[in-house]
Amino acid sequence: MTDSQTMSDDRPRKTGTFFRRNKLAIMPLVFIAPAFAMFSLFVIWPIIQSVGLSFVEWQGIGPKTWVGLDNYRELLGDQVFWTSLVNNLYWLALFLLAPVMGLFIALFLNQNVFGIRLVKSLFFFPFVVSQIVVGMIFAWFYDPAFGLLATLLKPLGIGIPAILADENWATFGIIAAGLWPQTAYCMILYLTGLNSVNPEVIEAARLDGAKGWRLLVKIVLPQLRAATFIALVVTVIGALRSFDLVAVMTSGGPYNSSNVLAYYMYDNAISRYRMGYASAIATILFLIMDVYIAWFLMRLLRNEKGAR
Amino acid sequence: MKYLKTAVCAAALTVFATSVFARDLVMNANTSDPAQKQAMEDLIADFEAAYPEIDVKFNLYDHEAFKVAMRNFLTSDAPDLITWNAGNRMKVFVELDLLEDVSDVWASEGLAEKMPAVLTASSVDGKQYAVPYAYYAWGFYYRKDLFEKAGITKTPETWDELLEVGAKLNAAGITPVTIGSKELWPTAGWFDFLNMRVNGGEFHAQLMDGKVAYTDDRVKAVFQKWGELVNSDFFIDNHPAYSFQEALPFMNQGDAAMYLLAPFIVSMFPEDVRAQVEWFPFPIIDPAVGIWEDAPTDAFMIPKNAKNKEDARLFLAFAAQADVQTKTAGTLDMLPPNVNASVKDDRFAQGGFAQLGKASGIMQFYDRDTDPALAKVGMEGFQEFMQNPDRLDQILERIEAERARIYGAL
Amino acid sequence: MFPRPIQETSRRRQIIYKVALPISLIIWLLPMIAIVATAGRSLSDLNSGNYWGIPSEWAFVDNFNAVFGSSSVGIYLLNSVIITLPSIVGALFLSTLAGAGLALYKFRGRFVILALFIAGNFVPFQILMIPVRQLTLDLGIYDTYWGVILFQIAFQTGFCTFFMRNFIADLPFELVEAARAEGVGEWKILIHVIVPLVRPALAALAVLQFTFIWNDFFWPLILIQSDDLRPITLGLTVLKGQYISSFNLLAAGSLIAALPPVMMFFAMQRHFIAGLTLGASKG
Repeated sequence: MTDSQTMSDDRPRKTGTFFRRNKLAIMPLVFIAPAFAMFSLFVIWPIIQSVGLSFVEWQGIGPKTWVGLDNYRELLGDQVFWTSLVNNLYWLALFLLAPVMGLFIALFLNQNVFGIRLVKSLFFFPFVVSQIVVGMIFAWFYDPAFGLLATLLKPLGIGIPAILADENWATFGIIAAGLWPQTAYCMILYLTGLNSVNPEVIEAARLDGAKGWRLLVKIVLPQLRAATFIALVVTVIGALRSFDLVAVMTSGGPYNSSNVLAYYMYDNAISRYRMGYASAIATILFLIMDVYIAWFLMRLLRNEKGAR
Repeated sequence: MKYLKTAVCAAALTVFATSVFARDLVMNANTSDPAQKQAMEDLIADFEAAYPEIDVKFNLYDHEAFKVAMRNFLTSDAPDLITWNAGNRMKVFVELDLLEDVSDVWASEGLAEKMPAVLTASSVDGKQYAVPYAYYAWGFYYRKDLFEKAGITKTPETWDELLEVGAKLNAAGITPVTIGSKELWPTAGWFDFLNMRVNGGEFHAQLMDGKVAYTDDRVKAVFQKWGELVNSDFFIDNHPAYSFQEALPFMNQGDAAMYLLAPFIVSMFPEDVRAQVEWFPFPIIDPAVGIWEDAPTDAFMIPKNAKNKEDARLFLAFAAQADVQTKTAGTLDMLPPNVNASVKDDRFAQGGFAQLGKASGIMQFYDRDTDPALAKVGMEGFQEFMQNPDRLDQILERIEAERARIYGAL
Repeated sequence: MFPRPIQETSRRRQIIYKVALPISLIIWLLPMIAIVATAGRSLSDLNSGNYWGIPSEWAFVDNFNAVFGSSSVGIYLLNSVIITLPSIVGALFLSTLAGAGLALYKFRGRFVILALFIAGNFVPFQILMIPVRQLTLDLGIYDTYWGVILFQIAFQTGFCTFFMRNFIADLPFELVEAARAEGVGEWKILIHVIVPLVRPALAALAVLQFTFIWNDFFWPLILIQSDDLRPITLGLTVLKGQYISSFNLLAAGSLIAALPPVMMFFAMQRHFIAGLTLGASKG
């Protein structure tokens, strides 16, 4: 809508008068048009196309066959789909540990001692490392034969299962790997938030006898609301998007026990050549994620309206 | 100084000249293992030496990445040559009209006579679409020293002997078989051989074509044999954690004695271990059943959308020559399809060659013979069975559902 | 449960804290330390099963030489640079424009557009995968740098626009009004008033985007096929196939892949954290 308006309204610009009169209406469209065009072409339009693809059966090459809701119907009876969905729920639930651990690490590091800046940076830096590298590191870390984890625990008499080969453990092993950078991310959000916590308020609360959990919950956390909000949003999105780690650590195995929707979609597209079915899975994932996106947007826009 | 300048100019001119007149031949290959990479680079170098005016541009892919990328580039920006598997996997693309008919190369080079073993796998409806450069036998790679340590004097030829070998190895504290099932396909080797030995090759071929239900009693009989092995601790623990290469150290370090696999494993053994490794074919289970073998065939093909098909055909003809095949297959530790080529003089290649010579029939491999979507579900089932033999019924029902979806109800 | 400044606590607690700090850091970084140690281990140590014991020799130089010498890691790194830098420039350019458009003007539908940019940025990539691959094929930019670059520009523009819009909206609007009152054109206001003021935001975004795009694995996986165009994340999975049980080389390769964003982070830390947390301070 906006870009077509821009096109047609571009011409009077040279004549001056019309443009000058309306420049405050035209300029934003000129400014926004290139970004919006790119974004529409590469993001918005493909989403619509994908939803459309979910109603066909297509090998990726050759003809497309309209199958209506068949792909969705098949999903209902597909055990792997349900396993993946449940695993996504595990991801969601356990990933919420990231903000919690991030908060405690931030509280722990929120001191002014020698070298603390470097320590903070080092705590943060797992987030900067590619998920591919994180996945490879943790896969070695877990290796039952020579991994560091087994090597460290053996002398203590603790035997661990082969985490990534065990249907009961694989998902949790990957989630633990994912929590590492995610916790670092949340930690930095909270560290920044703590900078703006008013020490006088804390001091006043202490004089009032607040301490321990009460101090944290009643006084500190409310001041960290903004950080908590962002931490929750990025964590939820991160949990639902989990792909790289699953791809590099288990490829969804053993026998799909660690699959998640994002990877199962990819797997259907690339190993089973089922583009329509894959698109149906992607559409489901998209719908789930929409709940969070809507929540995020509503909050954001409410703040906007309040601010202006 | 002046002389040097002239020399530099001359050199520059030559480079310029060749770059202008060179004919580019683009090849996308999935030969990413070190030996495969070496073989392909040597082959290309030899080809470029024979045809100096042609410049081969070589794009190397990881095996799995290639399968994905292939579907993209065949439909769009196709290379002039690809490496791919003969048999059903080739047929899929032939039916989509994405591969060039190269029957003319077969005719002009007389390949039907020179490569009889791979003719069927290279053909669809009597036309050839591939020129194979290597094929290979599957079988057991085992450590002789570990066998001796366990008091085993001869390799197993029957099912009972195989079980006995396993019992002796276990008694000696050695796991009989190593396997890495993370990428799933190594499990399919077991299924293929057990099915071919229990039910015969004709039945196996029917199953691959989706004409038999996976819940059939004959299929269950295969898993019953397989279950015997699982229950007598034949396989290493935690195999889903390892890729096929990552399972190799168990053999290298003497913790496991056998590996059912193909010759690309040979170059991966450290030298001292390789000296101890020998080969034997999959034992007979039912003497009444003919001996069928898995012999996957790797080939060159020309995409329909290739730009330089003429030079690609030159390459096919070149790669089919006896001496070229001797060298390529030799580096690969595989077998040259050309009968005039010589099989590498080592125990693995010779053993495999002899075994294939005796075979009453040849299949490619599970995930090359059946529908790819079914193969994926099937191999996931094999992996799950090896971990949980008691779940057999539900596993077979799941595979059967996928078979029925693809090939229709029976 | 809000720790007092450590200086105000007893001497004993101060000592405990100062001991606990490095220990917790070591535990936190254990997987990373393991990989650095492995990257310096010789193959003979690995083959003899000495994975974590004291190494018989340090082989860092040998291993890194081997990785650079026997693989295309150099090319992969270069490709990552070639893809990442133009993507950042493009995304920053588009989003500065769009951010200004959304922040400086009031018009109907601006919240809808902003919402689209934000929402699009959060979608699961997988829903874009098949159509975007097809789109690059149709545009003839499949398996070129441009395919990945254009996609990254488009996709990252969502987040960047959100970011720039917030930053510009927080600038003192009087500056713009004063310029307008003097009859300065809107383009000139953007270039001479806004851009100088948003430099810190651009720096923060650039550093952040560098990490995101450099570390991205999915889009090169989908949009690139040639070995000589692969960025390092993708190259690493190729190395994984090549260096079968040479964990030391693979570890060295992983370190090489991880190093540029880590260096970028340490060099530009202030900007980086500002970039990550701008949203957090607003929210």
